[in-house]
Amino acid sequence: MAHFDPNARPFSHKWMNERLAVDTLQKVLSTEYWIPKNINFLWAMGMILAATFGILLISGIFLLMYYIPDTKQAFDSVNYTVMSEVGYGWLWRHMHGVAASVVFLIIYIHMFTGIYYGSYKKGREMIWLSGMLLFVTFSAEAFSGYMLPWGQMSYWAGMVITNLFSLGSLDFQGLVEWIRGDYVPGQAFLNRFFMLHVLLMPLIIMALIVLHFGTLRIPHVNNQDGEEIDFDAEAQKWKAGLRKESKVIPFNPVFLSKDVFVMSIYFIIYFYLVFYHFEFAMDPVNFDPANPLKTPPHIYPEWYFLWSYEILRPFPKDPGLVAFGFAQVIFFLLPFLDRSPNVAPASRRKPFRCWFWILLVDMIVLTIMGKVPPVGVYTTIGTVAAWVFILLWVTLPIVTKLEKPVRRSK
Amino acid sequence: MSDRRDFFGKALGAFAGLGALGALYAAKRTWDPLPSVKAAGFTTVDLSKAEPNVLYTEMWRGKPIFILKVAKDDKAYSDKRLINVGGDKFFIAIGLCTHLGCIPAYFPDKHKFICACHGGQFDAAGEVLKSPPPSPLVIPPFKVDGKKVVLGEAGPEYKKLQEAGVVA
Amino acid sequence: MKDLKKLGIVVFFTLLVYIGVEPYAHSVMHKHVEGHNFKYPDLKPIAAKGNPETGKALAAACMGCHSIKSQGVPAPMDPVSASGAYGVNPPDLSLIGALLDEKYLAHFLKDPVHTAIVAHKFKDRAYPMPPMATDDQSAADLVAYFKSIAPKEVKPKEAYEFACGRCHEMRYAKWTQIGEVPKTKKNIQTGADLAKLKFNEKLAEYKGNMVKYLGKLPPDLSIIVRARSEEFLETFVEDPQSQLPGTGMPRVGLSKEGYEKVFAYLEEVGDPSKPKREKVGPIVLLYMVVFAFLAYLWYKHQWKDLH
Repeated sequence: MAHFDPNARPFSHKWMNERLAVDTLQKVLSTEYWIPKNINFLWAMGMILAATFGILLISGIFLLMYYIPDTKQAFDSVNYTVMSEVGYGWLWRHMHGVAASVVFLIIYIHMFTGIYYGSYKKGREMIWLSGMLLFVTFSAEAFSGYMLPWGQMSYWAGMVITNLFSLGSLDFQGLVEWIRGDYVPGQAFLNRFFMLHVLLMPLIIMALIVLHFGTLRIPHVNNQDGEEIDFDAEAQKWKAGLRKESKVIPFNPVFLSKDVFVMSIYFIIYFYLVFYHFEFAMDPVNFDPANPLKTPPHIYPEWYFLWSYEILRPFPKDPGLVAFGFAQVIFFLLPFLDRSPNVAPASRRKPFRCWFWILLVDMIVLTIMGKVPPVGVYTTIGTVAAWVFILLWVTLPIVTKLEKPVRRSK
Repeated sequence: MSDRRDFFGKALGAFAGLGALGALYAAKRTWDPLPSVKAAGFTTVDLSKAEPNVLYTEMWRGKPIFILKVAKDDKAYSDKRLINVGGDKFFIAIGLCTHLGCIPAYFPDKHKFICACHGGQFDAAGEVLKSPPPSPLVIPPFKVDGKKVVLGEAGPEYKKLQEAGVVA
Repeated sequence: MKDLKKLGIVVFFTLLVYIGVEPYAHSVMHKHVEGHNFKYPDLKPIAAKGNPETGKALAAACMGCHSIKSQGVPAPMDPVSASGAYGVNPPDLSLIGALLDEKYLAHFLKDPVHTAIVAHKFKDRAYPMPPMATDDQSAADLVAYFKSIAPKEVKPKEAYEFACGRCHEMRYAKWTQIGEVPKTKKNIQTGADLAKLKFNEKLAEYKGNMVKYLGKLPPDLSIIVRARSEEFLETFVEDPQSQLPGTGMPRVGLSKEGYEKVFAYLEEVGDPSKPKREKVGPIVLLYMVVFAFLAYLWYKHQWKDLH
């Protein structure tokens, strides 16, 4: 039975401590949550993602107050009411649109940082898997949000992506119609994607963010050298005042101060984009109202979906779908396909180093080819890049098996 | 060094607070009524065909507006709250009981408004005859324009009523 | 220093993706059309010097179909009947001298179908606008007359209404092909707004006539500045066929200044937040720079004795 001091002043430190254990909470969550000292600015991407998600949430709340999920009114509620009538409505919309695009850039940087430093191995598998789940839910969130302005690109992206669920020659038209609630994307479709975007997906994302943070607790954050650190011993050193000698730092305020600095640089760039260069995140095609009788001459997904879209495109219908499905799940398997015992930066893992850079460049090529029209040489490059992507993953177990144990410098 | 945030941390925190205030200002502006809502806040009513002792109800800013041409034999005919429009005396008020906002009904034979919710009564000039309503029916800002009345705009007649203390 | 190298790598790949999916991909998707700065090089210069007085006498023939409101000449028909007769309502001529290119106008008066580049739409029917000038001299006289009555300053909105507004709706500015949407009031008892219903009926009739004439309804231009690039709009207005071969949109013949007026209005309606962005943007960026500076001080202070 806990002890409650009857004389403690309500809401005083002691009073709160007895009821909520605020001191313990603060220690566990911030001042004695230990992070390795040997890190660089790439370790700030997680906090940047959390902050960007916060921006999406807040700007989304304001947009939600004026958005009308009705096929006849949605377009004007966004493009007229929000953009010209609502005080600062334009600011929320541009912040939301730009953040939705930029968040994927940061996700990809975060992912490739993890791949480069081997932060998915030896106890950190769940960090990777929960992160991949976040990637998938963010993708669903982005796609459902893209439907809402009900412009030409919303409508036709909705048409094309839901058609994927007919699963090629299996021709599951029933499933497609079930997802749409109609024969084509219509009112039912808009309403359910609105629900997904503003309620179900954000709920799942928030739960997954908590899980993702939770998965860090036991294996701890990785460091630049992949060194295994005895966190308890190092924490003792820090507490004894050996700031220089200890290999760890507390999350608050030491790690946080660096995070906030990196984040502030990111926000300078972000707000520059919001005010002066938002076009890249708001495709012109979507400023034409949805027209079920006319497909725009060029349709393409937002940039962050392009690489997987391009894996679908060069193949015939059924193999294309298989390749697309492969691209969607293969990243989940990374911790299990990597057979090397080394947790080290890719620069010290010989064959894997090449594998990493080829993968990165290949995905960029796929991304660019996914946007340009599939004609002539672009088709060839796209097909080759898609095959390279598949082969890279097939050969990953072999590449990592060949790897020699990395010798530690210290 | 303690684990409390140092001076630099506090300075940064204070500056972040300033930014939050800026964001709050933008948020406040987002909640403001839209320009189109405000523009709809003016209603012109033509009173030339009004019959005496017949209640007309108009809509202004989403609220019912009572318009009553007061008959010469009405006890309230000389009330200072009545408005002279082209030689006739009109009672114009927001048709919501000042007690809790129900709409009182007009009884032409009794020359009074009776609120069904809690039994409040008003005369043909909107003065309280029977509580609970604490104050007379509220006169909206208006401007007389010949035989017409523009609701939502404060004209000289409205300002005179304000000076006389009849309306706030 | 190591951090900077890593930052360089991140920035390099980010820019590579950006350049690939934005400027590069769009240059592949959209063909480049060379603009001519509204000089209309395909039209020969007209040497004849016009006389506004002679032109005024010639212009009497225009008034059978056109109004010149600034000169007190009313329209012979209301817009809906005019659309029934001609397909679209003929324009008022008050601003024609201020907004159209002189050379274009002279050629248009001599040979409307080819100057407006609409011959492909009028193979087996007559273009409602007949040639009004038989030679360079009379064309130059008419142009001189229209120039003489042109106001010094044209508002962007007037330019839009003259150049685009008889075919293109702009619902975010409450503009329809037959004028502004009237401010009407509902009947409180029935909830019906008869004046609006009548207006909409007229509008529907006008649009019907226009579809018969043009083949389809021209798009609403409310946010066309966000749906098309500036470059596209400029070259398209200068010569619609260059961007959309076969389109029913005529070459309007705006002068450079005339187009700038029209564009200013398209931007005012389609991108109303531009002045606000320009006002708020520097404040927010300055705030973030100061914030980053303070954050840097804090970071340096926290990390000063760690290595």
